[in-house]
Amino acid sequence: MQEFLQQLVNGIAIGSIYALIALGYTMVYGILRFVNFAHGDVFMVGAFFGLFAAGWIGASAGANGPAAVVVVFLAAMFGAAVLGVILERFAYKPVRGQPRLNALITAIGVSLFLENAGILIFGADPKTFPELLPPANYSVGGVKISSTQVMTLAGSCLLMLGLNFVVYRTRIGKAMRAVSFSRDAASLMGIPTDRVITATFALGSALAAAAGVLFSMSYPRLDPLMGVMQGLKAFVAAVLGGIGNIPGAVVGGLVLGLAETLVSGYLSSTYRDAIAFVLLIVILIVKPSGLLGRAVSEKV
Amino acid sequence: MLEVTNLDVRYGAIHAIRGVSLSVPEGMVVTLIGANGAGKTTILRTLSGLLRATGGGVRFLGDEITGLPSHQIVKRGLVHIPEGRIVFANMSVLENLELGAYLRRDREVKSDLERVFVLFPRLKERIHQSAGTLSGGEQQMLAIGRGLMSRPRFLLMDEPSLGLAPLLVQGIFEIVREIHRQGTTILLVEQNAHMALQVADFAYVLESGHIVMSGPAAEIAQDPRVRDAYLGGA
Ligand SMILES: Nc1ncnc2c1ncn2[C@@H]1O[C@H](COP(=O)(O)OP(=O)(O)OP(=O)(O)O)[C@@H](O)[C@H]1O
Ligand SMILES: [Mg+2]
Repeated sequence: MQEFLQQLVNGIAIGSIYALIALGYTMVYGILRFVNFAHGDVFMVGAFFGLFAAGWIGASAGANGPAAVVVVFLAAMFGAAVLGVILERFAYKPVRGQPRLNALITAIGVSLFLENAGILIFGADPKTFPELLPPANYSVGGVKISSTQVMTLAGSCLLMLGLNFVVYRTRIGKAMRAVSFSRDAASLMGIPTDRVITATFALGSALAAAAGVLFSMSYPRLDPLMGVMQGLKAFVAAVLGGIGNIPGAVVGGLVLGLAETLVSGYLSSTYRDAIAFVLLIVILIVKPSGLLGRAVSEKV
Repeated sequence: MLEVTNLDVRYGAIHAIRGVSLSVPEGMVVTLIGANGAGKTTILRTLSGLLRATGGGVRFLGDEITGLPSHQIVKRGLVHIPEGRIVFANMSVLENLELGAYLRRDREVKSDLERVFVLFPRLKERIHQSAGTLSGGEQQMLAIGRGLMSRPRFLLMDEPSLGLAPLLVQGIFEIVREIHRQGTTILLVEQNAHMALQVADFAYVLESGHIVMSGPAAEIAQDPRVRDAYLGGA
């Protein structure tokens, strides 16, 4: 039982990181019906931004603690948001309104570009992420929780609540929901749809960067290809929950995280990375619209 | 108030609108009638900035608005209630109406909301219901109410009576009259030519992207060709 609870905690921790990345996929898809295959690479760049920010404030030299954590997160999220806006403006916007295949190919191109630019700029060899929090293990009824896991759970909860507030309580959030329902109808309400799309990319990219920093705190080896696998898994999580559906991305991420840790805990860790694709195949056969998705007819 | 000159719109190879000119003076109801596929919706979508004209121009209140994005056109008070009652199905009735007031920062949004509820008491009863679960007629009321929340000086209405039961059609045309009485200029697109010609002051008849006839609505209603083609020969 204790073993099971331990797996549960580990699964929720990694699952909430997948959820944060999945939110970016799902929000962009919801608005543009477009899968941004470069999103995993934005996660990677975000992690590197976090690494640089940590370097600038001297976190590796021991200047760590809550203030350092906040600075690193804000810097990474802001940097990635700017990157997301640039990608949207210069790569995706020019092909908007063209056949979907063009956008898809553009996204793959952007992904390769970011990975190779990463190799060029950051170097191909892995970098070590500094310890932002003093390592500590808490024990709750025999279940061990590390300070990094506490940080992951608290941080992702906070970000998701924040996102929920933005989407359901603010003017821009309302505009996002309107645009995702119908771009034309939203324009007729006076909503500047281009600006809403830009804001969506900024928000999604910032969440990916936060996930990148959280991931690096638990798995402190950063390399320019780290976004490939995590991005793919988060995409599976988004599809699992129902792509385009915001709560679905959270549920999908958590389900995937739990499935991974349970499988590697009880079966074998060699299956860890495969389970995502097994889940993807199962959901596509059983309920293609995803766990929380409604069967909606495709809009043109 | 609205001047359209030599408007030309193409969808790729399809030449949908061919040199249409029309004008709507302030305070009038002007109707644009025509058969399926004549190009009525295309004209309205071009006027509200959803489509780009390939030729010609549109002036609103003396300013050139050709090619402006939709949200800037709405800001000037030119509001388009689209065909097929596209309401935000994933939101409540109230949220839909609030979206109509998206650009407004004035304090009269609340009182305008009450005015919409006076026109459509049905919407008030269903204020928190999700718009997707409203009946067809109720969705049309919501689409109109939402348009009114934008404080239009000029309203483009695309087939507000489409698919409604005869009794509701009467009601919708009453509403059009009432909106006009309250001071809004209207360009009304209809297939129900009979009703449209009763409400309107002036009419244009569109056929395959051309204006083929225009004149005071009462005269157009008496024209034998119009009676044959659009009024069921009655
Ligand atoms: N997106 C599009 N792509 C290509 N052709 C289009 C498109 N939209 C409309 N058309 C064509 O343009 C012409 C005019 O269409 P439009 O929708 O303006 O007609 P309408 O007068 O509004 O008809 P209805 O009374 O049926 O609503 C039609 O021949 C139609 O097939
Ligand atoms: Mg039409």
